[in-house]
Amino acid sequence: MKIKYKGLSFIRQIALIVGVLIISAQVSFSNESEGRHLTNDEEAYDAGKMIIEHVIDAHEWHIMSIGETHVSVPLPVILYDEGEFVVFMSSKFHHGHEEYKGYKLELDGENKGKIVNVESGVLPLDLSITKNVAAMLMSMVFMSWLFISIARSYTKRKGMAPKGMQSLLEPLIIFIRDDVAKPSIGEKKYEKYMPYLLTLFFFIFLNNMFGLIPFFPGGANLTGNVAVTGVMAVFTFLITTFSANKNYWVHIVNTPGVPWWLKIPVPLMPIVEIMGVFTKPFVLMVRLFANITAGHIIVLGFMSLIFIFGNMNVGLGYGVSVVSVAFAIFMGLLELLVAFIQAYVFTLLSALYFGMAMEESH
Amino acid sequence: MELVQPGIGLIFWMTLSFAALIFILAKFAWKPILKGLHEREASIDDALNAANKAREDMKDLKFSNEQLLKEAKEDRDVILREARAVKDKIIDEAKEKASAEAARIVEAAKENIQYEKMAAITDLKNQLATLSIEIAEKVLKEELSTKNRHKDLVERLIGEVKFN
Repeated sequence: MKIKYKGLSFIRQIALIVGVLIISAQVSFSNESEGRHLTNDEEAYDAGKMIIEHVIDAHEWHIMSIGETHVSVPLPVILYDEGEFVVFMSSKFHHGHEEYKGYKLELDGENKGKIVNVESGVLPLDLSITKNVAAMLMSMVFMSWLFISIARSYTKRKGMAPKGMQSLLEPLIIFIRDDVAKPSIGEKKYEKYMPYLLTLFFFIFLNNMFGLIPFFPGGANLTGNVAVTGVMAVFTFLITTFSANKNYWVHIVNTPGVPWWLKIPVPLMPIVEIMGVFTKPFVLMVRLFANITAGHIIVLGFMSLIFIFGNMNVGLGYGVSVVSVAFAIFMGLLELLVAFIQAYVFTLLSALYFGMAMEESH
Repeated sequence: MELVQPGIGLIFWMTLSFAALIFILAKFAWKPILKGLHEREASIDDALNAANKAREDMKDLKFSNEQLLKEAKEDRDVILREARAVKDKIIDEAKEKASAEAARIVEAAKENIQYEKMAAITDLKNQLATLSIEIAEKVLKEELSTKNRHKDLVERLIGEVKFN
C-alpha cells in the first residue's frame, strides 16, 4: 500500500508540473496570437472577431458559412420581458439582420450578441436555449444515458468482471473514489460526496472532450464559459459551507497558532480567512474557464494564421497551412491531456475543500 | 469582455440542469454503480480469503500427512528393533538351554562312569578276595609240601597280582 501511494503522489506531481507548464505556455501563446491578429485588424478577415465568436455563447449553433449563406441550427429564444414570456426560434432574426416581435439581435456595440427590445432599448431577461445551453442539455442527456446503462450492467452482471463501456469507465470511477475522494475527504465520510464528485468529474471531462470536436454536436465551448464553471464552483462552495463543522468556522474566526495581535484589535487573520473562503471557488471557476478557453483560442489562432497569410498571398496561405495544422494537431493532443487534467483538478480541489471543511481539530 | 461576462440564461439553465443531473445520476447511476463495485470488491476479497484459507488448510493437511508418514516410519523402526531383540533373545535362550542340557548330559555320563567304575572296583575287590582265598588255599596246600616254595609262590603270586 505504501508503494502504491508513493507512486501515485509521483504521478500527481508530474501531472501538476505538466499542468503548470501547459497553463503558462497557453497564456504566453494566447498573448502572442492576440498580438498577431490585432495587427491584421484592417484586413477583410478579422481573426480576433472570428476567434471570440467561436469561444463565446450564441443564439444559434453555427455550422458553416458558404459565401454569404450561413448554415446553422436555430435554437429557441426565451425572453422574460415586461411581465410575460416571449418564445420563438432564433432563425426569425435571420442572423441578426431582421427584427422579430419587437426584438432584435445586436451585431455590434456594447450589447453585441444580446437580444434588445427595439422600442425601449432595454435588455429583457434572456433565458434562451443558447448554443451552450443546448450543448449542456445534450451532454447531460448523453451522460444520463451512458451512466444509467452502465449502472444497469452493474445490477445485471452482479459480481462479474466489467464488460464493454463498463470496463472503459470503471477505472475512472474507481480513480475518483480511491485517489480523489478517499484521501481528500477520509474513509468515513467520502461516500456522501461521491455522487457530486463523479457527476462533476464526468461532466467537465466529457464537455472538455466535446468542446474539442470542431463541428456540430461538439464545438460548444461549454467548460470554457465563466457562467458554467462559475455555477459548478458555487455548487462546490455551497456543499463546502453546508458540510463545514465547528472546527472549520473556529479556524476562520479564531485561527489557532497565530499571534493574538493579528486578530485583535484589527481582525487581519479572520479577514484573510474569509477572503480565502471565497477565493477558493473563484479560483476553481477561473482555472477551468481560462484553461479551456485558452486552448481553443490557440487552436483557432493557428487556423486564423492560414487565412491571414492566405489573404496576403494564396500560396503563402497554403504554405502556412502545413505549419498551422501541425501546430493545431499538437495543441489538440495537448488539449486532450488538459481536458482530463482540468476535470481531475476541479474534482480533486472540490474534494479537498470538502475534506478541509470537515477536518477535526488536532 | 464578452468572454468574462456570464450570461444570466446560461447560469439559470446550468444551475437547474446541473442540480437535476446530480440528482438523476446519484439516484439511478452512481448508487447502483458504487454498490455494484463495492459488492464485487467484497466478493473478490471473500474469494481471495477463501483461497488463502484453502491454501493454509492444504498446507496443514500436507503437514499432517507428513507427520503421519513419519510416525508410521518410526513405528516400523521400533517394531523391527523389537523383533530383532526378541529374535536375539530367543537365540540366546536356546543356546543357553542347549549348553545347560549338554552340561547335564556330560554330568550324568560322568556320574554313570563313576558308578560303573565303583562297581568294577567292587567286583575286582570281590574277585581279589576270592582269588586271595584261592591263593591262600593253594599256599596252604603248598605249605604242606615245601615251606620255601610256599613262600616263593606267595611272593610270586602277589607280584603277579596287579591292581589295574
